[in-house]
Amino acid sequence: MQKSMTTEQIRALIARGKLKDRIFQALGIVCLALGLLVITLLVGDMLIRGLERLNLDFFTNFASRRAAQSGILSAWVGTILVMFVTALAAVPLGVAAGIYLEEYAKRNWITEIIEINITNLAAVPSIVYGLLALGIFVYTFGFGQSILSAGLTLALLILPIVIVSTREAIRAIPAMIREGSMAVGATRWQTCRYHIIPYAMPGILTGVIIGLARAIGETAPIITIGALTFIAFLPPAPFTVTGADGISAGLFDWVMSPFTVMPIQIFNWTSRPDPAFEINAAAAGFVLMAMVLSMNAVAIYLRYKMRKNIKW
Amino acid sequence: MFKQSKIVSALAVAGVTLFGAQAAYAQIVKIDGSSTVYPITEAVAEEFQKAKKNSIKVTVGISGTGGGFKKFCRDETDLQNASRPITAKEMADCKAAGVDYVEMPVAYDALTVVINPKNTFLKQATVEELKKLWEPAAQGTVMKWSQVNPAWPDAPVKLFGAGADSGTFEYFTEAIVGKAKSSRGDYTASEDDNVLVQGVSRDVNAIGYFGYAYYAENMARLKGLPIVNPKTGKAVEPSGANVENGTYVPLSRPIFVYVKAKSLQKPEIREFVEFYMKNADKLIREVKYVPLPKAAYEGNIKHAKDGKIGTVFGGKNEVGITVEEIMKREAKM
Repeated sequence: MQKSMTTEQIRALIARGKLKDRIFQALGIVCLALGLLVITLLVGDMLIRGLERLNLDFFTNFASRRAAQSGILSAWVGTILVMFVTALAAVPLGVAAGIYLEEYAKRNWITEIIEINITNLAAVPSIVYGLLALGIFVYTFGFGQSILSAGLTLALLILPIVIVSTREAIRAIPAMIREGSMAVGATRWQTCRYHIIPYAMPGILTGVIIGLARAIGETAPIITIGALTFIAFLPPAPFTVTGADGISAGLFDWVMSPFTVMPIQIFNWTSRPDPAFEINAAAAGFVLMAMVLSMNAVAIYLRYKMRKNIKW
Repeated sequence: MFKQSKIVSALAVAGVTLFGAQAAYAQIVKIDGSSTVYPITEAVAEEFQKAKKNSIKVTVGISGTGGGFKKFCRDETDLQNASRPITAKEMADCKAAGVDYVEMPVAYDALTVVINPKNTFLKQATVEELKKLWEPAAQGTVMKWSQVNPAWPDAPVKLFGAGADSGTFEYFTEAIVGKAKSSRGDYTASEDDNVLVQGVSRDVNAIGYFGYAYYAENMARLKGLPIVNPKTGKAVEPSGANVENGTYVPLSRPIFVYVKAKSLQKPEIREFVEFYMKNADKLIREVKYVPLPKAAYEGNIKHAKDGKIGTVFGGKNEVGITVEEIMKREAKM
């Protein structure tokens, strides 16, 4: 800074500084607005084009060769069931791995290699997971082209995201909590069980939902393991009679059922000769968007609820 | 401790229920294969399930003819949709896995060469002209209409065609250039035929090719180019009638369904195949494909009953083969 400035000069300096501040602010708003505009346009465009199909029938009808009668029943049920299996597999594994790495693992080169690998895994293209799953789940384990295979494949895909977000959530907890707990004689497990996990939960949950939101739109690995294009029946609900044989389904029979998911249904409709199917594709695209957005909304709500209950 | 043992027993129960499950799925008809045959099989599957009140389940996947045959010859599917006959390599694979099959032609698929409706100078084209336009030697050199035929204007040619992995590409190149998969590469290629439909409908100097169903659904935006029949020398319009009467050559071909012989012993598969052949004519017209003569479908049912296994193509694809010829060969089998 100069040694002496007149009041005028100081004012000019402040004005310049404020101007730059405003320019940056404006730029930021423009960028944000652009992003929002693009997503609004996309969602709005899909909604407008698909509006005439968005009625109850669309959700309760199976896919059909006639566009107007074609619905997304098998697709949305398939998507939800696959997501359920994915969450069931990825959350315990990912959270446990994250806690271990953060709270238990010794800091040495092995841990470091593991950490680097987990970060790299998050960048592996999804089709690679599909190929891996085709070999392991579909053929070696004999799960076949089932909801179980698909759910486990997507679980692998989001595992790095869950692990990384668990670790970040744990790191955000002040050290005094851990130290305080240990100081009154709690074991490491008790510290995790009663302090670390509850406090890290909001962050973990956000990571899980972001992971699931990524998984829900995945098409490539699901096609690789053999999701179907035409399927006009639902997986058997537990304890109901489905086949002509009169044997009722077990509690977990549905996991071995063939299936399809929303992105595949959308892809199939966009590549049809009859242009009427484009309306279906737009409507299904909107439903998928709504599913992702509502998942995010649930995450935000849960985070808010849980944060309120944390008293440090 | 008590808690843990409860968890363990719960897992054990889950495991047993899980792996005991496969037996309950005996009555599924599994189909996979070509995206070209898919609309037909899908329509049949839909109607079949309705007629059977969902007591028999049908699934149809799209893995392409090649991908589908891999699964079929690994004994994973019951029926295989194929836009070309089985190849020698696939025959060997099936044989190694002990998979016998009945070959059933189900419909005609016609490739349509399309131009923009505003195009006034193109009334017809010969195979030679199309070859000049599409052969590998044309790449980077044949860029104007006048280079193909001096009577055509001195305007740039915009080419649209199937992507290199599709059966459509394979058949078009074989029929026009004379060698499968041999084509110029400097054109707009897409596996998604709707991209090609839009491209041609927006450019007056465009020319493209794809399956007849896409042309039939988009006739308002496209013009189908009559192709000169090499035998008669007459230009023939792409239409269902001309494909059926066998004059639209060389761009029409039969497409197939292969049925696993072992599956035909199951009553639900037999029923499905019979339903397929009995309703083929009506449903195929509905999805804008061209049906075969009735005798071909009756033949298919008979072959399924007699268990006539094998292929009449000997592992080779043939351009311009008619279903009558196929039936003649089947009779000798």
